[in-house]
Amino acid sequence: MLNPHLYLNTNMFDEDAEKKPTRDGFGTGLVKLGTEDPNVVVLTADLSESTRTDGFEKAFPERFFEMGVAEQNMATVAAGLGVSGKTAFISSYATFSPGRNWEQIRTTIVYNNANVKVAGHHSGVMTGPDGATHQATEDIAITRVWPGMDVIVPCDSIEAEKATIAAGKKYGPVYLRFTRDKTPVMTTDKTPFEIGKARVFWTSEQPEVTILATGYMLYQALLAAKKLDAEGIPVLVINVPSIKPMDTKTIVDAAAQTGAVVTVEDHQTAGGLGGAVAELLAQHRPTPMEFIGLTDTFAESGKPEELLKKYKMDDIAIIEKVKKIIGRK
Amino acid sequence: MTLELTDKEIIDLEEKANKTRELIIATLLEAGSGHSAGPLGMADIFTAFYFHLLHHDPKNPEWDDRDRLILSNGHICPVRYVSMAMSGYFPIEELKTLRKINSRLQGHPHRTALAGLETTSGPLGSGLSQAIGIALAARLDKKKYKVYCLTSDGEHEEGNIWEAAMFAGKEKLNNLIEVMDRNNIQIDGFTEDVMPLEPLRDKYEAFGWHVLEVDGNNIAAFIETVEEAKAIFEKPVLIIAHTIPGKGVDFMENDFTWHGKPPDKEEAKKALSELRTLEGKIESEHQ
Repeated sequence: MLNPHLYLNTNMFDEDAEKKPTRDGFGTGLVKLGTEDPNVVVLTADLSESTRTDGFEKAFPERFFEMGVAEQNMATVAAGLGVSGKTAFISSYATFSPGRNWEQIRTTIVYNNANVKVAGHHSGVMTGPDGATHQATEDIAITRVWPGMDVIVPCDSIEAEKATIAAGKKYGPVYLRFTRDKTPVMTTDKTPFEIGKARVFWTSEQPEVTILATGYMLYQALLAAKKLDAEGIPVLVINVPSIKPMDTKTIVDAAAQTGAVVTVEDHQTAGGLGGAVAELLAQHRPTPMEFIGLTDTFAESGKPEELLKKYKMDDIAIIEKVKKIIGRK
Repeated sequence: MTLELTDKEIIDLEEKANKTRELIIATLLEAGSGHSAGPLGMADIFTAFYFHLLHHDPKNPEWDDRDRLILSNGHICPVRYVSMAMSGYFPIEELKTLRKINSRLQGHPHRTALAGLETTSGPLGSGLSQAIGIALAARLDKKKYKVYCLTSDGEHEEGNIWEAAMFAGKEKLNNLIEVMDRNNIQIDGFTEDVMPLEPLRDKYEAFGWHVLEVDGNNIAAFIETVEEAKAIFEKPVLIIAHTIPGKGVDFMENDFTWHGKPPDKEEAKKALSELRTLEGKIESEHQ
């Protein structure tokens, strides 16, 4: 059942359940931050409406910088702002930022320890019709390897706002990952969020498998858990919004409790949440694992739900993996 | 424009520049790796900055109102480290640690290793952007300090730097002065053979900048040009400083093979002998 102690949105499985894109939470989070802190500045690379920086742009025009289609300059100008007392957010699609400007972020933001938050939008196959060129499916891998960069993937628009604000209140480089499409709201304002913490969203008596999910895909994991429950297969579902720093204790404890782990993400199965968890468990508590994500392939244009189904990333695919891994225990 | 420096002050700066060159050679020899041509060519400009142009406090490198000097072509950091040591940021002895383990003097400048560097650089083309960010922060905070950004001609082959130029023109940043080291060399040869850069002046003017040119190895002329640049209020300013790579050491001057290597023991001995005795050098016009 849904964890009753987290004030989750118990209507999330309804037909008319609330759906909002996580990028909306980024937008409102920026305005809240900017209202409290006059040193917050925002930069975008010609994607103000799409990445929801337009609210901040209207509210604080003198602190907003339209950089045009120039992601490398955007990152390095932000680095200059970020070592000069400013809290800078840069915002574009993740394929371009941190994609195109990976080295600039590495040198002038991460290694340089500048106070810059990188917002990577249109993450995953959920980006849909734009196709693979715009679907960021390797961005968690290429950011979590940087020493000193936090990597946060909020599960819904409410968590996205909290994550944005948390990133803005701490010094240092942070990567925030957002989605284009409307996705189910699973949390409420009262649900706790903290960088570095993972929380159990679905509990069971004597669960047989731990499902670790990040971002929107948490919803697919919860759907799977509900169906598995009806089939008499109890599982744990843990929301992992903080890929780095990772909540080592919660994850290792859950792996120890169930003896089997399935990771779920809208990302390549290599290098993202799955990779990070595998690295952790191999060191602390070797556990059989299965991975849900893109399996070493690019996706394509299509509707998000069609793509999740075709590329075996939906709740049905998760259920299959859960049953498979029970056989491997 | 009349220069407010006396002849004596200019000679003093020229002597400091010569001393800078000596220390560059000694430092590179000790390090066993590093770049010779750029640092030697830029010794005059760095001397002008650290001993005259910059409002700074070597004992207080984080002083809020200091002028900022950003080095985009970070590989020439040996000359920066020498100028910083000579002006009192850290002991001259510490120059021996360049490029060695546990050193504050990293092979390419690292902001958090040594106070006073302002940015981390090395990979070319991103320093101008960082300088722009720093200049924007000053404008937001209504601060009066100047932001100087040193770049190389070769790094103008990187797209990032043109993005920066475009943006600075858009913002009409008037607290930013860029100084380009136009020494005509890069790793694989002369710039105009590797990737022709001219006409640089026309390009920057098209991006909305005011462009000045000067002999970058003439300290008095350089200082005068910077003062002229500071008086421009409507646009960012680029000073194209023509320098001789390897300046001061006969066998290194204008030879691109000295871009990326240090002198060995014999070569250093020869170079230092030249610098110390000013053999065959034209006397300063200020004497």
